[in-house]
Amino acid sequence: MALDKATVARIASLARIKVTEEEQTRLAGELSQILTWIEQLDEVETSGVEPMTSVAHMKMPMREDVVSDGNIRDKLLANAPQQARGFFAVPKVVE
Amino acid sequence: MSELTELGLAEARDGLRAKKFSAREMTQAHIVSVAAARSLNAYLCETPEQALAMAAESDARLARGEARPLEGLPLAIKDLFCTENVPTTAGSRILEGFKPPYESTVTANLWRDGAVMLGKTNLDEFAMGSSNITSAYGQVENPWRRRGDNRPLVPGGSSGGSAAAVAARTALAATGTDTGGSIRQPASFCGIVGLKPTYGRCSRWGIVAFASSLDQAGPMTRSVRDAAVMLKSMSGHDPKDSTSAPVPVPDFEAALTGDIRGLKVGIPREYRIDGMPAEIEALWQRGIGWLKSAGAVPVEVSLKMTKYALPAYYIIAPAEASSNLARYDGVRFGLRVQGDSLDAMYEATRAQGFGAEVRRRILIGTYVLSAGYYDAYYLKAQRVRTLIARDFDEAFKSCDVLLTPTAPSAAFAIGEKSDDPIAMYLNDVFTVTVNLAGLPGISVPAGLSSDGLPLGLQVIGRAFDEETVLRAGEVIERAAQFTAKPQFIAGSA
Repeated sequence: MALDKATVARIASLARIKVTEEEQTRLAGELSQILTWIEQLDEVETSGVEPMTSVAHMKMPMREDVVSDGNIRDKLLANAPQQARGFFAVPKVVE
Repeated sequence: MSELTELGLAEARDGLRAKKFSAREMTQAHIVSVAAARSLNAYLCETPEQALAMAAESDARLARGEARPLEGLPLAIKDLFCTENVPTTAGSRILEGFKPPYESTVTANLWRDGAVMLGKTNLDEFAMGSSNITSAYGQVENPWRRRGDNRPLVPGGSSGGSAAAVAARTALAATGTDTGGSIRQPASFCGIVGLKPTYGRCSRWGIVAFASSLDQAGPMTRSVRDAAVMLKSMSGHDPKDSTSAPVPVPDFEAALTGDIRGLKVGIPREYRIDGMPAEIEALWQRGIGWLKSAGAVPVEVSLKMTKYALPAYYIIAPAEASSNLARYDGVRFGLRVQGDSLDAMYEATRAQGFGAEVRRRILIGTYVLSAGYYDAYYLKAQRVRTLIARDFDEAFKSCDVLLTPTAPSAAFAIGEKSDDPIAMYLNDVFTVTVNLAGLPGISVPAGLSSDGLPLGLQVIGRAFDEETVLRAGEVIERAAQFTAKPQFIAGSA
């Protein structure tokens, strides 16, 4: 499948990665090449085959719904690029 | 070079217990080696002070006769494992300066058993690559060179720093992670042993996630015995990883009996791919001969879906990566690049923080998961994955292990293959099926190419049967008598 520039721009926006006009052209070529190669999967007959989501043959383990961790605010904030009064700080979202 | 850095993990363990040398001497010799090998760029961070402090504790334990399983043994850690208060970058700019407030389960298990940390090793960015050239901190050089050719070679990837570190004798062993071949392929390229355990054998908790249904940690060592020793300490059920298997950890070292009489060894006919060098085919035949001489019985098996494993992988792995890497948003840790709005901040941070290959895979992953394409790509790949796993189930009805080459080539020069992503992806053609099916696989150095580079053979086993994989691997190791050493050995120049 050939991807066009507009599709690349749309995916990049979904993935929250800034892509310049120039890069859109290059990426459209690269991604199209990869997708075309991937499409050999269409040769495989898969009707009635269950999709595999995990190789671990086990049920999701459950635990008691209790607090098992906490009171480590400063540890968690230590790597934040910006913090304010004990919170992560981000650019203004609401006017 | 010191005699101490030439020892294997198991030999060093026995020497420490017999008081032939101290943990401090062992650690000091390796600290010197790590510094002497800086030209390889195998380490992103060296932790000599921490290593000496850990060695001091080991010497105290050894003196009291309370040695733990890995007491005083210096290891290198792939920089994908979170290590408390020690920088962890995943080879990416986006995690530059990140100091985890916690320790991964696998590394915590190693320290619990007395191992000593030398430092963190370089890797392809977020473990995405087969050559180490995608690291944001510069490529790693393979300590091996082609005969009569001084061009630097890639160590393979993504655990290329770990493989180079172990091959160059800067660490007794190292941790790696393997999502599509990232332990086994660099082990093959650097002439060492690399074991990818069964999915669920080692906890993924605290390992920077790439593709969660495929990622698995494992040991990288200079012998099969060392891999067995190290795997025992790395393994075990961990409630913090919901896919960690609640199964007992066997004594893997005890499995190395050398007795493989009657073992059925499957030879998958689809692994004879076009364009594979004749010397790799010849090595494979030699491997079959070695196992046969030891009493094993080769049987031809079919893994029909082999051809489709890489295309399926290049849907599933990027899809999971695009979801896992959503966390790098410039808010809680890592790089932030300012923008006028929250979205502009995200977009600028992720554009600058991620390298070209990581961006490419996130975009592919986002595309195959997006509305309208999910069924055609992602569900299709998951269905093909079911068929790949079925192939193995079927093959294991008539055999106990499989024998294959590890990679379709020896190490290549830095710069070769890098302009074509698909040519690079083909490095993992023999290893990726094992991840998709969640099985254990080991690469054992088995010979040299015509230009003097190491080549590995791979043994694949049933889920949670690392013992048979190790036993067969050790028989190959003994028969191959691989004693060649890389041109670069730390401190021997």
